[in-house]
This record gives sequence, C-alpha cells and structure tokens, in this order.
Amino acid sequence: MRLIVPLQSVVQGRGGLIFGSLIPCALFYFLQLYLKRHRSHNPQSSPPSPTLSSPKLAELTRTSSRSNLFSRGSNGQVRISTRAISIAKPNDSPYYIGLEKASEDPFDRFGNPDGVIQLGLSENRLCFDLIEKWILENLKDSMMGSDDGDLNINGIATYQPFDGTLELKLAMAGFMSHIMGGAVSFEPSQMVLTAGATPAIETLCFCLADQGNAFLVPTPYYPGFDRDVKFRTGVELIPVHCRSTDNFTLSITALDQAFNQTRKHGTKIRGILLSNPANPVGNLLSREMLHAILDFAREKNIHIISDEIFAGSIYGDEEFVSMAEVLDSEGFDKDRVHIVYGLSKDLSLPGFRVGVIYSFNENVLAAARKLTRFSSVSAPTQRILVSMLSDTRFIEEYIKTTKRRVRNMYDLFVAGLKKLNIRCADSSAGLYCWADMSKLISSYSEKGELELWDKLLNVGKINVTPGSACHCIEPGWFRCCFTTIVEEDIPVVMERIQKAVKSTTNLSNSS
Amino acid sequence: MTQALYSRTEKEKGGGGAAMRVIVPLQGVVQGRGGLVLGSIIPCALFYVLQFYLKRHRKDTDDQSNSGSSSQNPTPRSSSCGNLSELPGLTRNWSRGLSSPRSLRGPVSVSGRVSGIVKGADSPYYVGLRRAKEDPYDELSNPNGVIQLGLAENKLSLDLVEHWLADNAEQAMLRNGKELSISRIATYQPFDGLMEFKVAVAGFMSQVMEKAVSFNPSQVVLTAGATPAIEILSFCLADAGNAFLVPTPYYPGYDRDIKWRTGVEIIHVPCRSADNFNLSLAALDRAFDQAKKRGLKVRGIVLSNPSNPVGNLISRETLYSLLDFAREKNIHIVSNELLAGSTHGNEEFVSMTELLDPDDFDRKRVHIVYGLSKDLSLPGFRVGVIYSHNEEVLAAAKKLARFSSVSAPTQCLLTSMLTDAKFFQTLITINRERLQSMYAQFVAGLKKMGIKCIKSSGGFYCWADMSGLIRSYSEKGELELWDKLLNIAKVNVTPGSACHCIEPGWFRFCFTTLTEKDIPIVMDRIQKVSETCKLNR
Repeated sequence: MRLIVPLQSVVQGRGGLIFGSLIPCALFYFLQLYLKRHRSHNPQSSPPSPTLSSPKLAELTRTSSRSNLFSRGSNGQVRISTRAISIAKPNDSPYYIGLEKASEDPFDRFGNPDGVIQLGLSENRLCFDLIEKWILENLKDSMMGSDDGDLNINGIATYQPFDGTLELKLAMAGFMSHIMGGAVSFEPSQMVLTAGATPAIETLCFCLADQGNAFLVPTPYYPGFDRDVKFRTGVELIPVHCRSTDNFTLSITALDQAFNQTRKHGTKIRGILLSNPANPVGNLLSREMLHAILDFAREKNIHIISDEIFAGSIYGDEEFVSMAEVLDSEGFDKDRVHIVYGLSKDLSLPGFRVGVIYSFNENVLAAARKLTRFSSVSAPTQRILVSMLSDTRFIEEYIKTTKRRVRNMYDLFVAGLKKLNIRCADSSAGLYCWADMSKLISSYSEKGELELWDKLLNVGKINVTPGSACHCIEPGWFRCCFTTIVEEDIPVVMERIQKAVKSTTNLSNSS
Repeated sequence: MTQALYSRTEKEKGGGGAAMRVIVPLQGVVQGRGGLVLGSIIPCALFYVLQFYLKRHRKDTDDQSNSGSSSQNPTPRSSSCGNLSELPGLTRNWSRGLSSPRSLRGPVSVSGRVSGIVKGADSPYYVGLRRAKEDPYDELSNPNGVIQLGLAENKLSLDLVEHWLADNAEQAMLRNGKELSISRIATYQPFDGLMEFKVAVAGFMSQVMEKAVSFNPSQVVLTAGATPAIEILSFCLADAGNAFLVPTPYYPGYDRDIKWRTGVEIIHVPCRSADNFNLSLAALDRAFDQAKKRGLKVRGIVLSNPSNPVGNLISRETLYSLLDFAREKNIHIVSNELLAGSTHGNEEFVSMTELLDPDDFDRKRVHIVYGLSKDLSLPGFRVGVIYSHNEEVLAAAKKLARFSSVSAPTQCLLTSMLTDAKFFQTLITINRERLQSMYAQFVAGLKKMGIKCIKSSGGFYCWADMSGLIRSYSEKGELELWDKLLNIAKVNVTPGSACHCIEPGWFRFCFTTLTEKDIPIVMDRIQKVSETCKLNR
C-alpha cells in the first residue's frame, strides 16, 4: 500500500490509466517471477528425507582448511537425482520379491530340498545338455577362429561395430527365419543387436516416443515392461484389458477405447507394444488379428512394437505368424513396425545377453545403431554365437528337441494342475502356463490373490507370478514357468501347491 | 533469458492494450475510495487472466497440431517426422479387403529426442573415425589408406593378451578344467555382474593403482563398457535439465554419453595451454556461478584422470581442492579413471578413492568410472565399472545394469584372466614400457617438424599444438587443417574443437594403434601437409 502511494500522482496525471495498469502489471509480473524462483529452490532444499541436503549448512561449516578437512565431519549429504530415487527403492512388485526369494534359497532335490522352487523365471533349462555338448566341442574353434589355430585377436579384443558384427547379424537372420518356419526372411541390414531384449525394448522406446508419450499394451503383460519402457524413458504404458471370457485375446474395440480415453486425457499415444506369443498367457495372435492391429495402427498413425522373443517356443498346434510375415504380404507401410527378438528364450541363453531390434524404419535403425553404444554384445560372445547359429545341423536338432521337451513338460504340468482342479487358459507357446486359481483365493480381489501368492511362496515354497504383477484385470490368475524344473519335480510342485492351498482354506475356515 | 523477457514484455504490452479498454468503465471505482487497492488488484487480475488465457491457448494449438499430425495431416510439418516413406501419396489405394477404406496417413515419425541424434551433423571426431574405418591403412594391401590416429585403442600389447587367450580361454570357461558349468554361462546371471568377477575386477583395479587403494567388490557395478557406466551415473546423479561441470578439452564421446538420453547438460570449464591445460579452481567456480545465473542446477563435476585428450594427471593437491569445492557446493564428483593403468611418465597417478577416508561422509559424493577397454586393451569385450560409496546410487545402478550387462561367457573368461596375477602384472609392466617408448618416439617425430606437444604422463595419445600451421587462428582454420590431414595426408586425428578446446590449433594423436615402423610414415604424411601450410602462409 505504502509502496503504491508515491505513484498516485502518476496514476492521476495524464496517461494515468496506462500507467495505472502497466505498473501493477509489471509489479505483479515481478512478484510471479520472484515466487517462481523461490519455489524452484524449495523442493531442492526439502528432499524426501529431512536430513538430506542443506546447502545453507554446507556454507556455514565451510572453513575449508585442508589440514582438518575430514575431521570436521559431515555437512549436507549429497542427493541423487529424483528419477533415480524411485529406481533405487527396493522392488515392491511380487514379481521381483519372488524372484529374489527363490534365488536366495533355491530348491535342489539333493542339496536343498526345502528351498523355493522357481516357477517365476521364464528360463528354459530343458535343453542345456545339447548346448553344453556343443560348447564343449566347439568352444575353442568358435572363439579363436579355427584357421590353423591362428587366433585372430583383432576380431575380438578391439572395438567392433557397436550394433553387432555383420557375421552375427547374418547368422541371426538365418536363425530367426528358421525359427519362424521359413515363412519370412530377415534382412541383416535391418537388424540392430543389443545386450539382451530388455535394452532392445528400451532403445525402441527412446526412438519412438518422447517423455510423457504413451504406448498401448494389452494386459496381462510381462512385468518387466514397466521397467523396460518406463524407468529411463519417461514413457507411459496404457493397459488395454483382455479378459478370460475371450481367452485373453486382444480385441480391437478395447484397443480403440483405450486409445480414445488416453487421448481425452491429453496423453499422446505413439504405439502399441505387443508380445506375440503373449507373455504371460502364452496364446498367439492370429493372422487376422495382426492385420486388424496393423490397420488400427495405420488409422491412428502409430507404431507397433512386436515382441516375438518366444517365436520358437511353440508347443501347441497353432501356427505362429510373425508381424514381419504379415508385412511381407502387404508390401508397404512397413515403417511403423518394429520387431524385438533375442536368444534368451528360444536358444535358452539369457546369460549371453543378445537381443535384436528388427525394423523397417531407416530413421529408427539409424538412431538405434547409435544408441547401441550403450548396450553392445561382447565380442567373444558374438564369435561363439556366429559358429553356433551357423551350425545348421545343431540348430535343427536343438529346435526339434526343445519343442518336444517343452510340449512334454507342458502336458505334464497342466495335467498335474488339472488334478488339483486348477484350469489353465488355452495356450500354445512360451515357457509357462497361465493358471486360474480364482477358486482358491479367499476374496475375489487383488488382496486375495496376493495372499495366495504369499502362501505359495512362504508355505508351499514355490515362486509363481501373480496376475496383478502382470496388471491382469481379473484376480486369481498365476503364471507358472515349467521349464526351469525337471519332470521329477512336477509331483513335488503339485504337492506343495496343495499344501499351500490347504493352509489358506484352513485359515479362511477358521476365521 | 533475455529472449524470454522480451517475449514477456511483448505480452505485457498486449495486456496493457487490452486492459485499457476494459478499465475505462472502472474509472469511477479507481478514483473513488480504495481506488489504489482496486486500481492495482484489478489490472493484476486481468493480467493474470490474460497470461492464463495465452498459456492455455498455446497448449491448445500444440495439441491441435499434434493430433493433426497423427490423425489427419498426411505430412506432419514437425521436423521429427522425417521423410521416411517414399511414396506416401501413391500408396493410398491400398486395401486389404477394404477393411479400412479410409486408407493411410503419412509416414509415422520417430520421437523428437532421437530425431536430433539421427540428423545431427556429426562432429569431425566421428567423421574421421568413419573415414579411417572405411579405408584403413595397411602396409601391404592398402598403403594409401587412412592411418587411424583418432581412436584411443591400444594394440601395443595385444600379443600378450592373445597368448593368454590361446592358452587359457578354453579352460577359463570350464570348471576344474574339465566340466563345463553351463548354468554359469547360459542362465540368467546377476545383471550387475557375477560376484567372482567383481572380486577379480576389484583386485585388478587396486593392482593397476599400485595398491594404494583397495576396492570393495560389493561397491562395484559392472556394465557393458565405460560408456554405459557414465550414462548410468548421469541418470542417477542428475535429472533432465540439470548440468555437470566438465573441464575442456574433454573426450568427444561425453556429449553422447552424458547428454543424449539423459537430458543432462554439460557446462564447459575451459582450461588453457598457459596452465598446461590443468584445471583451475577459479575457472570451476566461475563456470558454476554462471550456470547458476542461467538457472541451471549443477549436480556434479565429471573429471577424467588421466585426462583425455591431454594426457596429464590431476595432482593430489588439486584433487583435494576439488573435493573441497564439491563439498562447498554440495555436488557430486564423477572421476573417470579409465586410463589409470596406462600411465607412461614419472608422475604419480592418484585415484580419487585414495583421498577418501573410510568414515568420511563425503565418500557418498564420489563415483569412479573404470573399464577394461584401455588398461587391458579389450574394448571389444565391453566391460565397464561403476565404483561408488553411495548406496542409493549403487542400488539404482544395479537395476539399470539390466539394460547393459556383461555377457556371461565374457565374465567367465575375464574372471580367470584377472585372477592370473602373474599374467596381468607382466601385462601392465610391459605395456607401460611399450607405451613410454612409443610416446617418446612419436613426440620426437613431431618435434622434428616443429610441432610441440603438451607434456603428458598418461593415455594413448599426445596433445599437439599445430596452431603454427593453421591459416586463421580460429576453429575454421583448425578444421581446414584437420580436413587436409584427413584427405591429403590421409591421417585421421581428433581436432581440439571436437573436444571443445577453447584454443584453436590443438590436435589429439593416438599412437597406440600403430607399430613403431609406422611412425616415419605418419611423420612423412604430416610433413607434406605442414609444408603446404607453411607455403600458403
């Protein structure tokens, strides 16, 4: 008030109206500016934990003489970035908790019969004997180069192309088309290799969406997507719910609905993230469905990421159709389709860390190639794999044997569950089955589901992935991976499930 | 900032104009009782509403153009869209049983953040690397090819590594030399590295640093190379829009590693030839204050020690004052010690870890980056190290290592290589000798032509002053010389401007990709260009 008084003469003189509005405006503007500045300082000095970061304190304690540098003890603690704070927190998803528990106390029929049986990790251990045999026979030659025992050190020790050597891309293209029944041929020049499928997905996210954009993803989906897509890229996932009545197949109506709803909220959708064969359900997308999805993407002008990492792990009679095959038949508009593949599932070599981005989009490929600087495959590993993948006889035998063994395990496992009155969704692929335990949960809710999960983990000592970790909209579904165990373990698993279930029913009866 | 102010004032003018007409009816109020109060509140409110309106409006147009590009506009005008599909118009009558007869839109665009990566003009650093790779010099098969002096890769001691691998690789993968532990290499492993490998790496690091420090394996996170190690630290220590102070000249790759995906900015702290390119605290302080004035939040300092491209070491004194500075400003220090074992002078290398007292609180702000690409000459193996005392950073980095893990067979191989103390001690010693000899010869060769180098004690390169050969004392002059060296002399070197050096005319020459007998050829080639330069002057 007193501040403005001196201006009174100005206000009431000529041009009073102009000044009378300009001056307060300016003052108000500066006030806003001041507040803004002030505010941006605030969150910095009020970090999540009150003891952290106090720059003022830091200044106070500064007498900075080097001799007693450390005797002064501590001043303000330095903070990590806001985005890292949420990453640094311990995992709270049951998916990760279960994995951790199972790896800390792993079941072993002889060494640790009371340990946790790992059914939460989709890892295929059924054919290790074949791989072991191959590596024993070929390790030296494959890594060192077999030409007269002459080790070509330059090929492995020095800097290699960060997106993978051409040899491995060629071998990989051959392997992929083999796995997919020879229906598609892959072009090595459209391929970018990464250290696993996880960075392949993350790299694509960086390339296709900006921070705050979103991808549509049918639920239930692989729990790792939340990490791969969201952690560092700032991209959001919009769930498109699939239901048990449709056997968890995607419907275009649901896709459309999710798209429109998200648009209404002002979030820009940049693509659809599919897994085909689906993880965790294990069903396949039909050719018609793929066409429809492609149409949808075209209509909305969005991308499609098709995660086909389980393409070779088919145990049913249904035919797997790759998005690449559908594109071949259409012939154009390929720019929007990006395929993710890897050797972790079909060749059961997750430790090798090899993933593939296969794209038809030159710009995406150019960017992805540069980004593989952050996630390249180790050169000795590339060498080994070139030999392994080029050994057609081995690959053929391997594919045939895995298929047979996975199918056998699937049949036994599902039959075992059936005896316990647990039904599984129809599935034809993957290393898991998707089991309906909704009748066994005490309340038809996420809470009930997690109670059962907890019982299975702590009483039954088996780690499975609850549907809620996969964002399944219906409670009571569980993913059980059966390729980490051997046939003899199946009865043990069934017994343990029964035991855990009994303890829940007892509990709910008594309460 | 000035631009922002300018546009603000423009808006204000608009506000004043609009407000004027509105205020006239209020004149009575203004001149009545409480006139001053109302006379200020009302325009304020109007101004506020105007701002609000403008803000909303701006957003709306954005939205419209966005939705336009995604659903109607066949050729979005945004730069990110790119010209991907060659025939956007022609393909219109495509139909698949006419299921969507409305047909297609234009090409789908990549994200805004990578369109810069795709299109951005490459720095001479990358241009030169590519040229040298496409047409590599070979004494016999391609004597007119480009000699690679731009890549910091050490081939001097590869014979030792080769020997070891030939003798031990097979055993390394097998347990007890007989049985293959398939579950150790094929299955999922801890993403931040196998514990036994961490132990081996920690031992190797402390050996490299002359046992002055011991490293705790549980504070190690392993990544697929030092590049992702730096990027992960960048993610963990700074948010998008924050900044790191980096002394210049710096490794050209930092622009990619620190900035690309993280959105973190780099504030240059210029070092000058007058100080032998040593970092001065005054410059650091100035850069910090300037960044602050620009409204940037500085989250840390990124150092390379031994420095790249200059090759000098940071003295113990300077390290202490850096720690002091970091404490005063409450910021992090990322110390890239990738070349710790590749020193060739008499100066002593001091690791940042050496200064840290075990119970000092400040340990939490120091993060070391290391890797096996330089000291073990194995860049193809892709092994990088984050060593930190900060549990939060370690926890986040461990999870982020999921995106950049080291392949298990490689880990097995290296675990056994790094537990072979006799082997790597020999390697380090011999490598140092060879490095020293190459450095002496290379620098002497340059000296004969009148090109002086900064005295350096570490790294695979020397930092040469060719400002006497450039036609104009500017970045332009420097790049002209670089171009001549690449295209006429056919040697690829890294110009100082690619390292953001503030003084023109400096070049980085990596000499460890050469053999001794290549040196005269390199000198000949440089001589040719330097003569024409001198003639032209």
